[in-house]
Amino acid sequence: MFGLLALDELVAARYQMALSLGFHIVLSCFGVAFPTLIYVVHRRGLNGDDAALTLARKWSKVAAVLFAVGAVSGTILSFEMGLLWPGMMETFGDVIGLPFALEGIAFFVEAVFIGIYLFGWDRLPPKVHLRTLIPIIASGLVGTFCILAVNTWMNAPSGFRLTTDTSGGLRATDVDPLAAIFNRALWPQFIHMFVATYLVTGFVVAAVYAVGILRGRRDHAHHLGFTVAFAFATVAALVQPVIGHVAGMRLATDQPSKLAAMELAVETETHSPLIIGGVLIDGEVRGGIEIPSVGSLLARASTDRAVPGLTEFPVEDRPPANVVHLSFQTMVGSGFAMIGIALWFWWKRRRSDPFDSRWLMRAAVVAGGLSLVALEAGWVTTEVGRQPWIVYRVMRVEDAVTENSGIWISLAAIVVIYTAMGVAAATVLRSMARRWRENTDVDLPTPYGPPAPKHSAVPSTTKAPP
Amino acid sequence: MSLSDVVAVLLFVGVVAYALFGGADFGSGVWDLLAGGDESGGMLRAQIDRSIGPVWEANHVWLIYILVFTWTAFPTAFSALMSTLFVPFLLVGFGIVLRGATFAFRKFSATLGEARLYGVLFASSSLITPFFLGMIAGAVASGRVPAEGYGDRWTSWTGPTSWLGGALAVLTCTFLAGTFLTADLARAGHDDMAATMGRRALVAGAITGAVALAAVFVLERDAESLADGLHGRGAALIVVSAVAGLFSLWRLHAGRWARARVGAVIAVAAIVIGWGVGQYPDLLVDEMTLAEAAGARSTLIGLIIVFGFASVTAVPAMLWLFVLVNRPEWAPETGPPAKSE
Repeated sequence: MFGLLALDELVAARYQMALSLGFHIVLSCFGVAFPTLIYVVHRRGLNGDDAALTLARKWSKVAAVLFAVGAVSGTILSFEMGLLWPGMMETFGDVIGLPFALEGIAFFVEAVFIGIYLFGWDRLPPKVHLRTLIPIIASGLVGTFCILAVNTWMNAPSGFRLTTDTSGGLRATDVDPLAAIFNRALWPQFIHMFVATYLVTGFVVAAVYAVGILRGRRDHAHHLGFTVAFAFATVAALVQPVIGHVAGMRLATDQPSKLAAMELAVETETHSPLIIGGVLIDGEVRGGIEIPSVGSLLARASTDRAVPGLTEFPVEDRPPANVVHLSFQTMVGSGFAMIGIALWFWWKRRRSDPFDSRWLMRAAVVAGGLSLVALEAGWVTTEVGRQPWIVYRVMRVEDAVTENSGIWISLAAIVVIYTAMGVAAATVLRSMARRWRENTDVDLPTPYGPPAPKHSAVPSTTKAPP
Repeated sequence: MSLSDVVAVLLFVGVVAYALFGGADFGSGVWDLLAGGDESGGMLRAQIDRSIGPVWEANHVWLIYILVFTWTAFPTAFSALMSTLFVPFLLVGFGIVLRGATFAFRKFSATLGEARLYGVLFASSSLITPFFLGMIAGAVASGRVPAEGYGDRWTSWTGPTSWLGGALAVLTCTFLAGTFLTADLARAGHDDMAATMGRRALVAGAITGAVALAAVFVLERDAESLADGLHGRGAALIVVSAVAGLFSLWRLHAGRWARARVGAVIAVAAIVIGWGVGQYPDLLVDEMTLAEAAGARSTLIGLIIVFGFASVTAVPAMLWLFVLVNRPEWAPETGPPAKSE
C-alpha cells in the first residue's frame, strides 16, 4: 500500500515534468528559431519590400506573446528541477549547474534584446534596430547548447566521481564541470535539437500561411511568409535524419538499453531486423513488419554487428520499450513525410505556381502538425528511453524524486494552468490575425482605458475598437 | 574571504537586483490592481504597460539567475529549501506564469472585456508572487529550513517572520513601483497624474516604514540570530535604509520625483543587503553555513567566470535597455505610424 502510494507520487512527478517540458519545448523552438525568420523578412523589408517590413512587424508582435509564455514556462522548469527532483539537484547540482548558469546569462541577453527589438520599432534607427535581432539569435544558439549539455549529461554522465558519504548518501566528488558539459552525447544531440527548432518553427509558420492561402488570401505577404519559413524548414528537414542517425549510432555503446527499446530488440543478435511498428507483449514482438538485418545496418553500420536486446538488462533496468519504440518510429516517419512534402513544394515551384495546388497547401498544413508530432515524439524517445534512470546508470528517478506527498495536486494545478494558458495564447494570436485582416492594429488604445487621453502628448495611432 | 563567500556575494547581487527591478515590476502590478475603473484607471494602466513592457522579461531573468546560482553553488541548501518550502515555491511559480503570460495577453487583447480579465489576473498575481517570496525569505531568516530538508510542509513558512516577510515584500515592491511610476508619468508629461501618484507613493512609503519598524519586535522574538546580526554588522545598513526611506518620502512630499526614486532604491537595496549581512555566514539560518553548503571548488570558480562573462555581455546590454527606455522618444506608446500599415 505504502509502496503503491510512493509509486503514484513518482508517476505524478514524471507527468508534471513531462507536461511542463512538453509545453515549453514548443515555445523554446520559437524562441530560438523565430528571430532568424524575422531577421530575414525584416532585412528584406529594409531593402524596399514594404510587405516584408509589415510582415516583420506582425511577426515581432506574435513573438512578443510567444516569448512571454516561453519565458514563464521555462521558469517553472527551474522550480521543478528542485521541487520534483531534489535528490538529483542535491547530489549533482554542482556537476551540471554551470551550463544552467551560462544559459541564464544567454537568457538575460535574449530578454534584453527582445525588449529592445519589440519596442524599438520606429524608435531606433532602422539598421540598428534590425541588428538587435543578432544577439537574440546568438543567445538562442548558446541557450540551446547549454540546455542540451545538461540533458545529454543525463544520458552520458561524466565529469565526476561517485562516492558514498558517512550517512550513506551519494556524493559527487572530483567534479570537472567542463568534462560534464562536453560529455560524449553532447554534439549530435545538441545539433539534432537545434535543427529541430528551425524545423518546427519553419513548418508551423508555413502551415499558418498555407491555411490563409487555402482560404483564398493570395497576396505577396502570404507567399513571402510561407516561402521564407518553408525554406528554413526544408533545409532543417533534409539535414535532420543525418544528424539523428549519427546520434543513434552512439547509442549502442553509450545507452544500449535505449537502443534496444527503440529497435524493439528482445535478444542481442547480429543481423538484427528492423521492426516497423509492432508492440512487445509478454516478451514477444507482435505485429509490425520485420526487415531482416536492416536493424543492425542502421544502428551499427554493419549487418554483422549486434544490436543489444532488452534481455541483456535486468528487468528493473529496462525502459518501457513500446513507448520508446513507437515514439521513435513516429518521429522518423513524420520526418520522412515532411521531407516528402518539402521536396514536393520545391519541385512544383520549378514548374508552376505552387500556391495554386490545394493538395500541396493541405500537405503543408499537415507538415506543420507533423513537425510538432516529431518534436514531441523525439523528446519522448530520449527521455522515456533513459528510464528508469534520471542520470543514466548512476541515479534512478525514484531516488531523485521528492519525498513530499500530494504531487497529484500540483500536477492537477499545472494541467489547469497550462491548458488555460495554451487556450488563451491561441485565442489572442488568432484575434491578432483577425484584426490584421480587418486592417486594424492589434493594440488596444490602453488597457482598460479611455479611447485616447485628450491632454496627452501621445499621438494615438491605434484604431482598434475599445 | 573564501571562495564560497565570493560566490555568495555574486548570488546576492542577483537577489538585490531582483528585489529592485523585479520588485518594481511586481509593485506596478499592485498599482494596476488599485488603479480604479476603466475610465479613471486607464491612464495609469497605460503608463504601467509602457513602463514595464520593455523591461519585465529581462528583470525576471534575475530570478532564474538566483535559482541556478543557488543550485549550482549550494546544491544541498537548494535541495533543503525546495523540499521544505514546496508549497510556497509552487505558488510563486504559478504566480510568475500567470503574471507574465497575462501581461502579454492583455496588451494584445481583442476586447476590453478580455483585457479586463487578463488585467485582473496580471495584477493579482503581481501581488501574490512577491508575498510568497517574502514568506520564503522569512522561513530562511527565522531558521525554519532544516539542513537535511523536508521541514514541516506548512509551519516552516507560516511563522511570524514569514508573514512579516510577505507583507514587507509586497509593501516595498509597491513603494518602489510608486516612485518609479510617478517619475515615469511626470516624464511623459502627465503632471496631474504624477502628483496623484506621488501622494499615493508617499502613503505606501509611510506604511512600509511603519511595518519595517514593527518588524524589529517580530525579529527580536522570532528570528534571534538574524536580529543579532542586524544589531551588529547590519546596523549601519538599517540606518542607511531608514535615512534613504525618509529622504524619499520628503522628496515625494516636495514633488521631486526623480530624487524620491533614488531614495527608494537605496532604501530597498540597503534593507535587502542588511538581511544578507545580518544572517552571514549562514545560508540557512541556524542550520547551514555558506561554506557547509558550498559545492565543488571547480564549479565555484566556473561560476565566477560565468559572472565575469555576464558583466561584459548581459550587464552592458541591460544598461543600454535602461538608457533607451528612459529616452524621451521611448516614452510614448507608439511613434509615427508605419508607412506600410
